[in-house]
Amino acid sequence: MKRVAITGAGTINALGHDVPSTLEAMREGKSGIGPLDFPNVDRLQIKIGGQVRGYDEATYFNRQQIALYDRFTQFTLLAAREAVAQSGLSFGGELAAQAGVVLGTAAGGMNTWEDNYRAVYEEGKNRVHPFVVPKLMNNAAASHVSMEYNLKGPSFTVSTACASSNHAMGLAFQMIRAGSARAMVTGGSEAMLTFGGIKAWEGLRVMSRDACRPFSRNRNGMVQGEGAGVFVFEDYDHARARGADILAEVTGFAMTSDAADIVMPSQQGAGRAISGALKDSVMAASDVGYINAHGTGTAANDKTECAAVAHELGAQADRLMISSTKSMHGHCIGGTGAVELLACIMALRDGVIAPTIGYEEPDPECALDIVANEAREAKVSAALSNAFAFGGLNAVLALRAV
Amino acid sequence: MSVSDTTKRIIAEQAMLEPEDVTDESTLEDLGIDSLGLVESIFAIEEEFDIQVPFNANAPEESDFDVSSVASIVAAVEGLIAAQKTT
Repeated sequence: MKRVAITGAGTINALGHDVPSTLEAMREGKSGIGPLDFPNVDRLQIKIGGQVRGYDEATYFNRQQIALYDRFTQFTLLAAREAVAQSGLSFGGELAAQAGVVLGTAAGGMNTWEDNYRAVYEEGKNRVHPFVVPKLMNNAAASHVSMEYNLKGPSFTVSTACASSNHAMGLAFQMIRAGSARAMVTGGSEAMLTFGGIKAWEGLRVMSRDACRPFSRNRNGMVQGEGAGVFVFEDYDHARARGADILAEVTGFAMTSDAADIVMPSQQGAGRAISGALKDSVMAASDVGYINAHGTGTAANDKTECAAVAHELGAQADRLMISSTKSMHGHCIGGTGAVELLACIMALRDGVIAPTIGYEEPDPECALDIVANEAREAKVSAALSNAFAFGGLNAVLALRAV
Repeated sequence: MSVSDTTKRIIAEQAMLEPEDVTDESTLEDLGIDSLGLVESIFAIEEEFDIQVPFNANAPEESDFDVSSVASIVAAVEGLIAAQKTT
């Protein structure tokens, strides 16, 4: 079996338009959450989110590209550009055939659906732009990345709600480990901060009107974000042989299904994914120094996740640090695990643990070291990244410092 | 139909029971209505009475909408109708 290195990282999210600015914001415990800005926001009850601000698509893309790139594709391409540039890889010849793209998204081209529904239903138009279908399809982002970088191997999109990008990265990891790909561009993207997107979420009554406060007793729900995280996963020996800078090693992955409820999380399902990832990595619980939590800030997730961590990690659960960066960038849904993987890399590489901001009151049902409000310096040799989706689909990645 | 009868009809429909099986004393648990069922019932109540119900599933006790029994839900709905229809 091959070992798997991460040799490039890229992002755009509410905290920053690239990795350095995002990590800087995480180190400083900054919030990217604020008032939402889009048409008809006055008709929403939930008016806050982790929106990508100061972003003008025309800065990065020309008219022809914008006609084909939904916002989620734009985010993906910008993050991929940063990741591929950092990796130093160029894809030609044999490597091109052995490289592909696996990305996660929950809703794909939601802005495109929304804009064009408005056109035909609200404005009564009888014609939409000819590229609506290729613009909105969930695999658009993966396909454009493959075209941009000449990646001719396996490429596809996975959609498992809030676990989409962890499932995507887990599959990319497995493909390289098994030898069926040499390098994979992987991660996820979401751009669901639209009137219709928030209106739909509002209905579930799990959204906070003021802040995302994971693990805090007074938490009152999730706050939605948007953005992308994209990485280059590469055969470790291939990376070493070309002298690449390895950001971290992916050592294990596990996915489980609760097979129980369409929205309520399960401690057992989450726990089996956590213990599965450890087993897959041949990692002892005592190795794990940091967990990037799913930590949505809902009543149900946070207590269930803490119970799962406590149960699976045993005595180590009281020693390790666990934080939810959703408190800063919001819940980026299908892209969230990818944005959050950056916090794991920062912990392993820089020895900086991103905090859980907005933490105000200890909750006896979340009695772990949640790195409240301020980042911490600590040497960490192994980390886990949790994602537990609606539908009871769980995906946990395990990483080691290099 | 009174607010009480209409609310009970909505709850009964959610619980897949006859309206007469839903009494003032019934709790949602008695009726087998879980958190998703409650959210769906509140949606039906909002649509039926054209009101906004302030309810956050993360912090039900902080929401100004007491769901501890059918009677408390009916009282809350009556209060919201009175408050929101006068403005």
